[in-house]
Amino acid sequence: MSLFAADGLVMDFGGLRAVDGVSFQIEPGEVFTIIGPNGAGKTTIFNLVSRIYEPTAGRLIFDGEDITRVPPHEVARRGIARTFQNIELFEHATVLQNLLLGRHAHKRSRFVEELLFLPSVRALELEHREAVERVIDFLDLQPHRDNLVVNLAYGVRKVVEMARALCTRPRLLLLDEPSSGLSVEETEDMAFWIQDIRTVLGVTVLMVEHDMSLVSSVSDRVLAVNYGRPIALGTAREVQEHPDVIKAYLGG
Amino acid sequence: MSVRFVFKTSYDQDLGIFRDDVQRNWYLALLVGLLVLPLLIPAYVVDVSLVFIYGLCGLSLMVLAGYTGLVSLGHAAFLGIGAYTHVYVVHDLGLPWVVGVALACVVTAAVGVLVGLPALRMTGVYLSIATLAFALIIQEALTRWERVTGGLKGKAVEKPVVFGVHLGGDTAFYFLCLAFLIAGLWLTGNLLRAPTGRAWVAIRDSEIAAQSMGVNLAVYKTSAFAYSAALMGVAGALFAHKIGFLAPDIFTVLLSIQFLLMVVVGGLGSLHGALFGAVFVALLPVAISQARDSIPVWLSAIASPFGKEAGAATFLAVDQFVKKPGLEPGLFGVILVLFILFEPLGIYGRWRKIQLYFSTFPLYKRATFRRQKTYMRSERLR
Ligand SMILES: Nc1ncnc2c1ncn2[C@@H]1O[C@H](COP(=O)(O)OP(=O)(O)OP(=O)(O)O)[C@@H](O)[C@H]1O
Ligand SMILES: [Mg+2]
Repeated sequence: MSLFAADGLVMDFGGLRAVDGVSFQIEPGEVFTIIGPNGAGKTTIFNLVSRIYEPTAGRLIFDGEDITRVPPHEVARRGIARTFQNIELFEHATVLQNLLLGRHAHKRSRFVEELLFLPSVRALELEHREAVERVIDFLDLQPHRDNLVVNLAYGVRKVVEMARALCTRPRLLLLDEPSSGLSVEETEDMAFWIQDIRTVLGVTVLMVEHDMSLVSSVSDRVLAVNYGRPIALGTAREVQEHPDVIKAYLGG
Repeated sequence: MSVRFVFKTSYDQDLGIFRDDVQRNWYLALLVGLLVLPLLIPAYVVDVSLVFIYGLCGLSLMVLAGYTGLVSLGHAAFLGIGAYTHVYVVHDLGLPWVVGVALACVVTAAVGVLVGLPALRMTGVYLSIATLAFALIIQEALTRWERVTGGLKGKAVEKPVVFGVHLGGDTAFYFLCLAFLIAGLWLTGNLLRAPTGRAWVAIRDSEIAAQSMGVNLAVYKTSAFAYSAALMGVAGALFAHKIGFLAPDIFTVLLSIQFLLMVVVGGLGSLHGALFGAVFVALLPVAISQARDSIPVWLSAIASPFGKEAGAATFLAVDQFVKKPGLEPGLFGVILVLFILFEPLGIYGRWRKIQLYFSTFPLYKRATFRRQKTYMRSERLR
């Protein structure tokens, strides 16, 4: 059974149909990539999956359950985490604090307990800290742990944002253009991280990406969209060679 | 001076309320200083207890504006609700003092939730305007609801009697306020190092990311409002005793703006900032009345070389100008704008820079504190 399924997604913004009947299934353990020209509706699909937008039509199924109506904060608890195309970190907090927020979905302490910082809260905080430290080790973020995000280089921020998503212990990780704004070397590193996330952590990945070398090196299957409509599905190579995809990228 | 390294050997060390032992010792020294202050200079005790109450007010708005990014222009209303609730419960209902404080806390928290509800749909300027409107409504209610508030005639407040002990003296009241401030600081510090505080900061910096990490915006915005209001309510109970007389025109928009001044001038997003700001706002009236007396004298001294009449005329004109009643709000506004423009991290930010300058001398780089324009992300109109 597939881990995630989108079924006939439609999203209208006023008169503009940004997503127009998109359906796909993601198998457990695969890296599934969505490509398409600028404005094709890729980020909108992500916002639909993470429930930021209310779909005009269609259904979202995660792990056999319909999540089309769950509130956005509930999505993380179900096991879906994401990064953002324009990096949405908490800029005036340290890397550590950012990652600790990634543990929010696992919060068990209550307000009054926290108000008094009871020993139980301290114990839970230590648990969160250990979980976060495992992610820090995994992505080699030790040197940045106590830095404020505003003081970090762009490439590091991208990794921190991915780390924060991993701290939620997701089963499905959504990466919106993980390589945008990165140098060639940083993009290669990113390809390794993504492969490690899949093979070592066993996390399924749904990715939007423009860099075709990154797409080819990590994706199992690729879906091409244009004007909100799916136009091709297959391996990276099949999709790249599909006549409709070539036409879409040439502005046809 | 040398650079101080803190060696950490366990994660537990990061969970403390103080950064390290040195910081903790400084605070202990400060506490000892505050404990012996009434013995050394009893004349200042009255003023310092106001600073403590303002400190609680600063904490309250710091949680909401500085940590959660929800800027309220109506916080004086919460102070008023707390003050009136406390006085009504203690004087009119004759219940014990602690019950008065507890109810002041609970009632303001409940009102905070009600005010917080529209906040779920509003951000930035719109929220500020809504809280302003709320404050005006409360002021009107305090004026009209005479049976409880005494209306425009006002309401006299007696000295506190805590657990049967008469705290009539200024020194006793000083310690009472100090105790409440320390408790407020401790509780707020606890929340801020726990998941709730992190969720508040997350909402301030990026609502969409906070949501995607599992933060229920409705719950945490409401809890920020409720907690902030509750602190204000407790401060209000103390404030009532401090001023000894309640009238609706004490809890004006001007007072709300002073609270905002407190957190902006002190430094948004830090508890130290709330306290620095409290000291600043408490000293401000003193500075203003000083300036009122001396500025006309100075200016006439400057003008007098141009003739005796010029000096006298300048004195009269300037004296008339500075004694106009409406000047304070303007001054507060100017200070607020100047700080936002030139010292966005407030007094606390400046203090950290000075500390860093000395601890890294001569390696200090100006760029370490490069100006960041994006402090309040929720304020950006997108
Ligand atoms: N909140 C919104 N309101 C109105 N229109 C929107 C909104 N979000 C996206 N759109 C429109 O929907 C279309 C798809 O946008 P989307 O951001 O999903 O594209 P994309 O494929 O992610 O593009 P890019 O490669 O540039 O990131 C665009 O025409 C965009 O202008
Ligand atoms: Mg996009």
